[in-house]
Amino acid sequence: MLDWLKLQVLALQNFVVLSGRAYINLFRSPHYLDDIFVQMDTIGVGSLPIVLLTGFFSGATITLQMSRALNQYGASGEVGQIVAISLVRELGPVLTAVTVAGRNASGMASELGSMKVTEQIDAMRALGTDPAQKLVTPRLIATAVMEPLLTILADAIGLLGGYIMAVVALHLTTGQQYWSSAHQALEFDDIIQGLLKPFIFAQVISLVGCYYGMFTSGGAQGVGRSTTAAVVTSIVWVFVLNLFIGQFFVNLK
Amino acid sequence: MVETARNGAVADEVLRLENVTLRFDALTALDRVSFMLRRGETCVIQGAAGSGKTVLLKIALGLIKADEGRVFVFGRDMTGAPEREWMEARARMGILFQEGGLFDSMTIEENVGYPLENIKAAQCPPDEVRPRVEQALQFVELGHTLEKVPSELSGGMRRRVGIARAVVTRPQLVLYDSPTAGLDPITATTIMALVAKERDTRQTATALATHRYQDGHLLANYVWDPARAELAPAKGDCSAARTRFVVMGEGRIVFEGSQQELEDSTDEYISQFARRWKE
Repeated sequence: MLDWLKLQVLALQNFVVLSGRAYINLFRSPHYLDDIFVQMDTIGVGSLPIVLLTGFFSGATITLQMSRALNQYGASGEVGQIVAISLVRELGPVLTAVTVAGRNASGMASELGSMKVTEQIDAMRALGTDPAQKLVTPRLIATAVMEPLLTILADAIGLLGGYIMAVVALHLTTGQQYWSSAHQALEFDDIIQGLLKPFIFAQVISLVGCYYGMFTSGGAQGVGRSTTAAVVTSIVWVFVLNLFIGQFFVNLK
Repeated sequence: MVETARNGAVADEVLRLENVTLRFDALTALDRVSFMLRRGETCVIQGAAGSGKTVLLKIALGLIKADEGRVFVFGRDMTGAPEREWMEARARMGILFQEGGLFDSMTIEENVGYPLENIKAAQCPPDEVRPRVEQALQFVELGHTLEKVPSELSGGMRRRVGIARAVVTRPQLVLYDSPTAGLDPITATTIMALVAKERDTRQTATALATHRYQDGHLLANYVWDPARAELAPAKGDCSAARTRFVVMGEGRIVFEGSQQELEDSTDEYISQFARRWKE
């Protein structure tokens, strides 16, 4: 039991040290711009189709599920409001984060993990580069920039999905009413919350992915273990942090 | 007689470890290891798998920090030195990792040019990178592979690119970690010929970890003949004659001496590294 605890404390210490170095490197040269753009392409453009699909179907599903309840109260015209609030505050950031975690935390852990077990990380240090600077910081920057943008797109396409379901398929309301109810429902702090969440989730996802990659040991099997652990840990943290950020904004009111 | 500098460093030493100990949890990877390499010397480190050969080389490069003991590189005490100072020291060292350690997302040209572009202390102007890369690749007879990626090359070729990358900065000390592991005997001899070529053409200090006695035998008895572009038997006082053998067992140096002393050893563990080949 004591050994297990020691291991956990050591893992936390390693994570904090790696994260600290990744943040300090933001203000230190050299900056590997090429690597940042490559990562932005992989994380942002690469995740776009899946994020858009997830957003679209989420918006449509919320509308479908809410339609019966809203009809019961004769409030079907308010469907736009429900879709907008639930997407912008919760589902957009969380589903995008889960998708990015599944796709990119695993990618980072497996890529860096393979580099670790084939001594490429050691080679990098031996050949004059700080691996945290070259590998972790670009991934941190790229995820922190791209995830909020992906979330905005997921929210937008989710609202479109809701619109198609509400107006075209179920005839719950008119298009004009749908969009104006959605627009009126959203307040400034919803938007802030909806953008702050992905910004924070992105940092957790990229740092957790990189941490598991950089501390991989035990050959191909170790890479597999790291990849799984990176996805599971980052998703758990997304849900935990989502509650705390939500709580913070609820208390603000 | 060797001169002794103020900090106890020997004048022409390139690498010195003093009572270095390293533990991984309950396992002692290195146990009070002391070891020195001088300019122009070759040291062949042998030992069973897990005996601490790789760890020893990584400590010499500052990739792993020792728990106890002192590490001197080029006469400078690097014990507890910050990464910045290690970067400067590494500019004068080359390393070939066990599997080559090539970056598989980069081309061969980018791989070999990597230390020139990233080690500031190497002070290589951008327009000199390509010629130096070409020169290093020609040294290992792979001048035609610039645009390829590592996965397109065979295991032996990857190892040769690894050597090109290790020597492209013209280091004074080159560390080779099992350069012949997993290669067929002919390719292994080609690789060892390149190790001897680098040592003899540039008088580089060489530390080579291996589990094959033939590798050490070759370095101790042959020199690179530039006129015939092949290995020739060593005569007189040459770099080959300054080859020492070290045998490691369970994190300790259990033998240090000449090839003859190694072959004469009656210790069961030590002699197996000479006997295996003789049989």
